[in-house]
Amino acid sequence: MSVFPTATDHPAARALAGRHRLRLWEPLPWLLALAFYVAFPTYLGFGTDLLVTILFAISLDLVLGYAGIVTLGHAAFFGAGAYTVGMLAFHGIWAEPITSLIAAAAVAALVGLLSGLVLLRTTGLTLLMLTLCTMALLEEAANLAHDWTGGFDGLPSIAIPPLFGLFEFNPLYPNTQYLYALGVLFICFVFVRVLVYSPFGQSLTGIRENTLRMHAVGAPVRMRLIVCYTISAAIAGIAGGLWAQANAYVNLSTLGLDRAATVLIILVLGGYGRLYGAFVGAVAYMVLSHLLAKIYPTAWQLGLGLLLVIIALFARGGILGVGETLLRWFGRRRPSP
Amino acid sequence: MIFGIDIASMVLGGLAAGMVLFIVSVGLSVTMGLMGFVNLAHGAFAMLGGYVIVLAMRNWGVGFAPALAIGFVVTAAVSAVFERLLYARLYRAPELDQVLFTIGLVFVIIASVTVLIGPENQPLMLPDALRGQLNLGFIEYRTYSIFLIVVGIVIVIGLWLGFERTRMGAQIRAAVDNRQMAESLGINIDRLFTITFAFGSGMAALGGGLGAEFLGLDPQYPLKYLVYFLIVVAVGGPGRIIGAFYAAVLIGVLDFVLKKYVPQGGTLFIYALTILLLLWRPQGLFGKSA
Repeated sequence: MSVFPTATDHPAARALAGRHRLRLWEPLPWLLALAFYVAFPTYLGFGTDLLVTILFAISLDLVLGYAGIVTLGHAAFFGAGAYTVGMLAFHGIWAEPITSLIAAAAVAALVGLLSGLVLLRTTGLTLLMLTLCTMALLEEAANLAHDWTGGFDGLPSIAIPPLFGLFEFNPLYPNTQYLYALGVLFICFVFVRVLVYSPFGQSLTGIRENTLRMHAVGAPVRMRLIVCYTISAAIAGIAGGLWAQANAYVNLSTLGLDRAATVLIILVLGGYGRLYGAFVGAVAYMVLSHLLAKIYPTAWQLGLGLLLVIIALFARGGILGVGETLLRWFGRRRPSP
Repeated sequence: MIFGIDIASMVLGGLAAGMVLFIVSVGLSVTMGLMGFVNLAHGAFAMLGGYVIVLAMRNWGVGFAPALAIGFVVTAAVSAVFERLLYARLYRAPELDQVLFTIGLVFVIIASVTVLIGPENQPLMLPDALRGQLNLGFIEYRTYSIFLIVVGIVIVIGLWLGFERTRMGAQIRAAVDNRQMAESLGINIDRLFTITFAFGSGMAALGGGLGAEFLGLDPQYPLKYLVYFLIVVAVGGPGRIIGAFYAAVLIGVLDFVLKKYVPQGGTLFIYALTILLLLWRPQGLFGKSA
């Protein structure tokens, strides 16, 4: 008989082993998304935009929240995906929706791999600057290659053939777009969820927490980061492709600093490194901006700035982090009789 | 002969732009090297200073030189308050928090300026002495550009002397090279940082005012030129004054020449060059090797 408790019996070990299990509330976002489809048929355009933003924020969460790579240039991959779909369809080369998305993912992954090979050699300000530089480079290139990308005006009215040859993409009644985006988001989310709880995802968290120690235990740190960056780029590319298909146009805004900063704000607002932060942040941000930004653009920017300062100084976990702290606080108070 | 004059005028224009870029970025370079703080709001201080200078001249009829001095002092004081109250809390925070905080600060400043002063561009009224052309013997060139080059050279020599010959400068160099060692030798890093931060923001204010003539001055300024300021710091090597100077001049001249010969795609080339250069030397041209 052993004096020590077996490893699987230990509370910490049990918590670790059960971490990846499906929680009771986890189907909730998806049920809400379906309920939205039934309840707000006039807001499906907004809903599609929201789903695409969530997907984009999830891709950023993988590099920022899990691997700890601080980037301001993630829109580079969103734009790469959007332009891939847009250019293939506009020039009549290939327009079938699902295979186009795969092409978008491949192109964005290639951009991610090539830029990752260069910029993941650096850290800190230099890394940040290089992510910005890569995005600006692509934006300039898209602006210059006028014959292919439409330059400053972008590519208007891309014709997307029906999904599975059955469901039309109608810009006025975006039912198909909404369900299609929801399906793509679900598949990508399941993939990311499996990935972050896998040993690979664990090693990413390790690199974020202590790079030196991960080197010391023999993890191939740079390789892991490059793979993670490439996967994240591919998912961002899918989000971009989806955006192009849903809106039926592409323009330079898909590649700009605005989009990159917005997705960063959304992720941080919801809480990074938490999988569901992207959902909470995107809903909070998009609803608020839908209601406020058009009426009071300056007040919106001021409020957003103050919010960022407050999050950075006092509430690092975002909405989910604050919620968790409150829950723990109440949980501690209630049982004490 | 015509070609030679063309080259000379391009180099002079590029030098003037490079000087402004240097004056704005040098503070960011030193604070970055000293504390490793990712301050994306540096351009916002340049903009604030520019506004103080331009508005002081227009509304109060202050002369150009006194307006520059007012801009320097006001911005340095404001930034010192920000540094003590807010920045200081985040020195040991993860990089992401510093990025978020400074982006938030940029948004707040942009929105405030838009509300208080308005979204339009504020033109800089040059004094008569600095307008027109100046005959340099071999070429006639814009007086203001020559003035900028002279001011830039005076400032870089002044900063270099301050950095290399004073006690304060020696402390900063020591802290950039090895902060822990400098701290153990009894150098008060916090105080050193407040002073350099305020001084750097004051320099940025000068740059914002001096450069308002061709960079413009509107609320979007801090985001529009952010990449350029960061490129100067990264290429020169964080914490290296001379490095920042060469990087700024290089970028200024390149930008000017490329805009003339390849009006489309000049910026593309600068971005690509920066990426290649940092691939070759990740620590910058003059940075210490990791």
